[in-house]
Amino acid sequence: MSNVGTIESHDVHDDHHHGPAKGLTRWLYTTNHKDIGSLYLWFSLCMFLLGGTFALVIRLELFQPGLQFVEPNFFNQMTTMHGLVMVFGAVMPAFVGLGNWMIPLMIGAPDMALPRMNNWSFWILPFAFAMLASTLFMDAGAPNFGWTFYAPLSTTYAPTTVTFFIFAMHIMGASSIMGSINIIATIQNLRAPGMTYMRMPLFVWTWLITAYLLIAVMPVLAGVVTMMLFDIHFGTSFFNAAGGGDPVLFQHVFWFFGHPEVYIMILPAFGVVSEIIPTFSRKRLFGYDSMVYATSSIAFLSFIVWAHHMFTTGMPIAGELFFMYSTMLIAVPTGVKVFNWISTMFKGSISFETPMLFSVAFVVLFTLGGFTGLMLAIAPADFQYHDTYFVVAHFHYVLVPGAIFSIMAAVYYWLPKWTGNMYDETLGKLHFWLSFVGINVLFFPQHFLGLAGMPRRIPDYALQFADYNMISSIGAFLFGFSQLLFVFIVIKCVRGGKKATQEVWEGSHGLEWMVPSPAPYHTFTTPPDLPEHSHS
Amino acid sequence: MSEEQPNKSKASISHSRLAAKLFLGAVGMFGFGFVLVPIYDVFCEITGLNGKTGGQYAYEAAKVKVDDSRLVTVQFLASNNAGMSWKFEPAVREIQVHPGELTEVSFYAHNTGFEAMVGQAVPSVSPFRAADYLHKTECFCFNQQTLAAGQDIDMPLLFFIDQDIPEDLTKLTLSYTLFDVTASYQQTASNAN
Amino acid sequence: MQPKFKFIPALLLACSVLIGKLAIAAEDFREGINMPIGITEISRSTYDLHMLITIICALIGVVVYGVLIWSLIKYRKSKGSKSADFHENTTIEIVWTVIPILILVSMAIPSTGVLRQVYDSSDSDLDIMITGYQWRWQYSYLDDEGEQVSFFSNLATTDEQIAGLDEKSENYLIEVDQPLVIPVDTKVRFLLTANDVIHSWWVPEFAVKKDAIPGFINESWVIAEETGTFRGQCTELCGQEHGFMPVVVEVVEKEEFEAWYSERQEQAAAVAELTNQEWTFDQLVAQGETVYRTYCSACHQLNGQGLPPAFPAMTNSAIVNGPIDGHVNIVLNGSPGTAMAAFRNQLNPVDIAAVITYERNALGNSVGDMISPIEILQAQAE
Repeated sequence: MSNVGTIESHDVHDDHHHGPAKGLTRWLYTTNHKDIGSLYLWFSLCMFLLGGTFALVIRLELFQPGLQFVEPNFFNQMTTMHGLVMVFGAVMPAFVGLGNWMIPLMIGAPDMALPRMNNWSFWILPFAFAMLASTLFMDAGAPNFGWTFYAPLSTTYAPTTVTFFIFAMHIMGASSIMGSINIIATIQNLRAPGMTYMRMPLFVWTWLITAYLLIAVMPVLAGVVTMMLFDIHFGTSFFNAAGGGDPVLFQHVFWFFGHPEVYIMILPAFGVVSEIIPTFSRKRLFGYDSMVYATSSIAFLSFIVWAHHMFTTGMPIAGELFFMYSTMLIAVPTGVKVFNWISTMFKGSISFETPMLFSVAFVVLFTLGGFTGLMLAIAPADFQYHDTYFVVAHFHYVLVPGAIFSIMAAVYYWLPKWTGNMYDETLGKLHFWLSFVGINVLFFPQHFLGLAGMPRRIPDYALQFADYNMISSIGAFLFGFSQLLFVFIVIKCVRGGKKATQEVWEGSHGLEWMVPSPAPYHTFTTPPDLPEHSHS
Repeated sequence: MSEEQPNKSKASISHSRLAAKLFLGAVGMFGFGFVLVPIYDVFCEITGLNGKTGGQYAYEAAKVKVDDSRLVTVQFLASNNAGMSWKFEPAVREIQVHPGELTEVSFYAHNTGFEAMVGQAVPSVSPFRAADYLHKTECFCFNQQTLAAGQDIDMPLLFFIDQDIPEDLTKLTLSYTLFDVTASYQQTASNAN
Repeated sequence: MQPKFKFIPALLLACSVLIGKLAIAAEDFREGINMPIGITEISRSTYDLHMLITIICALIGVVVYGVLIWSLIKYRKSKGSKSADFHENTTIEIVWTVIPILILVSMAIPSTGVLRQVYDSSDSDLDIMITGYQWRWQYSYLDDEGEQVSFFSNLATTDEQIAGLDEKSENYLIEVDQPLVIPVDTKVRFLLTANDVIHSWWVPEFAVKKDAIPGFINESWVIAEETGTFRGQCTELCGQEHGFMPVVVEVVEKEEFEAWYSERQEQAAAVAELTNQEWTFDQLVAQGETVYRTYCSACHQLNGQGLPPAFPAMTNSAIVNGPIDGHVNIVLNGSPGTAMAAFRNQLNPVDIAAVITYERNALGNSVGDMISPIEILQAQAE
């Protein structure tokens, strides 16, 4: 049911008195959720391009067998930095940015609950990444022990720059935790009257659950890097067998953080897609309630599956079985979500604007990543898959056409609301198709490489892997350079273009479409009247 | 913002309360990360998860019944961690014992370097589930060993296999890895002075 | 036979040839893109399990993607589709919760079976200890009597091939100087540990992958049912040369293994004898170059320039050009707190003497002295 009502805009005239400050200080001191959302998104875009550059260095070296461009040690620095920058610099800040922009708009709140902390949680991030990236220019080199930084490679055998890495992780963690506290406070305290929990848009729901996940696990990450710090500098033996510690303990603690972290990167993506598909299918989201329950069960299950990353470390059979079964169970709620999205499209009235294209690709390719995830859950088969390119293909399928595609879909979807201008639809579609082809050429052959026996994180490989590596690298460059088009489209749209209407999309519904485009600097200073079915 | 929200002050109070609660939750989870360490140790001890053996075990002859009906093979391995240069090997490579029978074996260590060093032997048992059934009443791994340059030593190990060991466990491997802990030993020593 | 049907036998022949060729091509293709079936009961069960899950996933994929694509085509707005007004159905939600659970159960049952097979802990006929080092594997045959057979298995591919100066050999990066040798149809138990960081030992054809963890011992086992050479790699990131520590296992007939094993035992005895032999300066330098390339050049580099600050240069090094005792000490015992390992257990006295003599008289150094294997043996005993 599409029921875009018009809300009396109390806000437009206020804009004159309470508009943004001028110049750099606007951004430094801002407490406005829209400004901070934009800062997060721009920061994330920069990190996406930086992490992408690292990835292209990797794919360049792997284009052909032999060492042509970089030393093995620098290659390891690239894989490590690519992972860290993409996970903590690109994907997470992008979702925080989207949350900042959209959550207050979607629930009818005037701003985030804790605006000053909001400013802080953004502005410490550039320092964390500046510190992390600066290690590239130090004599000892950047961290080279993988983004999973297993001890003792990351403790006893680490380059001296590991301390910078640890502090950077602490700052990122603090930023995420502050961001999550803010989001929870906003959602729980600032919903417009009548915006009950079960009427909230799914993007808000997924973010609420994600924020709780973040508060639960980011401190554990902080804990594990603190233990590393103590092992390295203060002579403790958390992970050192000589002093009674255990390197496998590191993996347990790390993955206790790490697996929920994976869902932190995908749950908001589920939310985004659950907003976009109904809009372009011109039909309400199918199974709203079950979507909420499925998201919650995925979040719960994420805490009891961590050791499936550690099947080869040697575990009693009971442990292997427990983690195998619990991991397989995740397929159930994930399946429910996919079925719901498809049922939403079923008997709809579908059009294929860029956000919809990215969302449909999300459903298709994320599901593919889900299938390989299910395969990886099977412990005895995982003995063959573990730490090969099959795993690389799997998690890139859920993270790139999963998380990244959903972020792009979200940007195209809400960009007219943010800027007041429509983006260039032709270029948007071109960007989609280049990315879609690029991503599959890039990652699909990696399944074959992994099954045929190519380990991950190696700078050079045996000759039988040459063909698919070359194809994969070609896909990488296609995908990588297509993103410059994305940057161009976004900048072009910010600078001008066809004026967007208030509701922007024919099938749009929800509070964010009831304020003018571009959204005024202050919105919902008085709570809106809620239309019926605002959630879907 | 010409119209003040009537409930603004009330809202900001509830924000700080909620934020404080969530912050405490985060601090709690930070602590929980550290609590995982002892939980893991206890869990490992119960399940034998990582093949770590328990500490010193008192052998009470009255309580232990020697099971003459079967033999268990115990294999001894000795290896050096990086940076440890001692010659380190078991006196016997393999031994057959009855469950419940107290047995003494020894490991030989020889510091062939030019400086005194401190070593710490770390035990590990395979298969992991056997770790629960191997009890050590005396072991050189309970203490650090200091050897002067050129010094050698026979280090004793007294152990017995629990009489409750499952029938299908007929062979277990006890491995010691020798770590060089000279640096941390000196650090502790200088801190103590 | 009518003349016009004359071509049928020829066509049938052509078809059968073509099918045969296709089958071979398909087999080659499968080898490049799928998990190897391998040569053990476990590897075959694992392969079957993998195929079963893949096919189930593919079938689910066909249904899910089929409905999705059909909906996308059928319900296009441009074709005038009007959206229906339904948005929930509890029955169908229950159906698509229960059906996946049933499918999962059907996957979990065979998976549990294979896992039980893997965890079989019955007695083995041969025990081999595998120790991971940065960046080589050590294999020690655990025999309770006789001379111990223990050796290191190093990457055999030359640096020139890696740098692209020489043509790459057939088994580029998956060839070693001394492979692990095991007998066919024999239960071999592997005990894995590591000297420094975590490594992981993998042979795809055995379906054996196990982490080697410093200070801990892990175990796995294999009964190889076919002879041949099987190749794998280290699969846990273990530092700079992680991509350059392959695993090669030769499975041989039992008699052949016995012969090989006793030969290795004799060799171990012979090394002791070789140590006592007279060595000339030139012999030592020549032998030393081989040792240097295998054990030292990854860090200190082929030209001796090192990669400062982590790996100091050999050329003009104070230790190399200083008193020979100090040089011997650091090679034998390593340098604590740095990446320099203790080589006393990794190399025999001949190799240690050779590499020290080489380093002092090559790589831009010309100290002019030498040390004999027997002196190394004495230094080790001191």
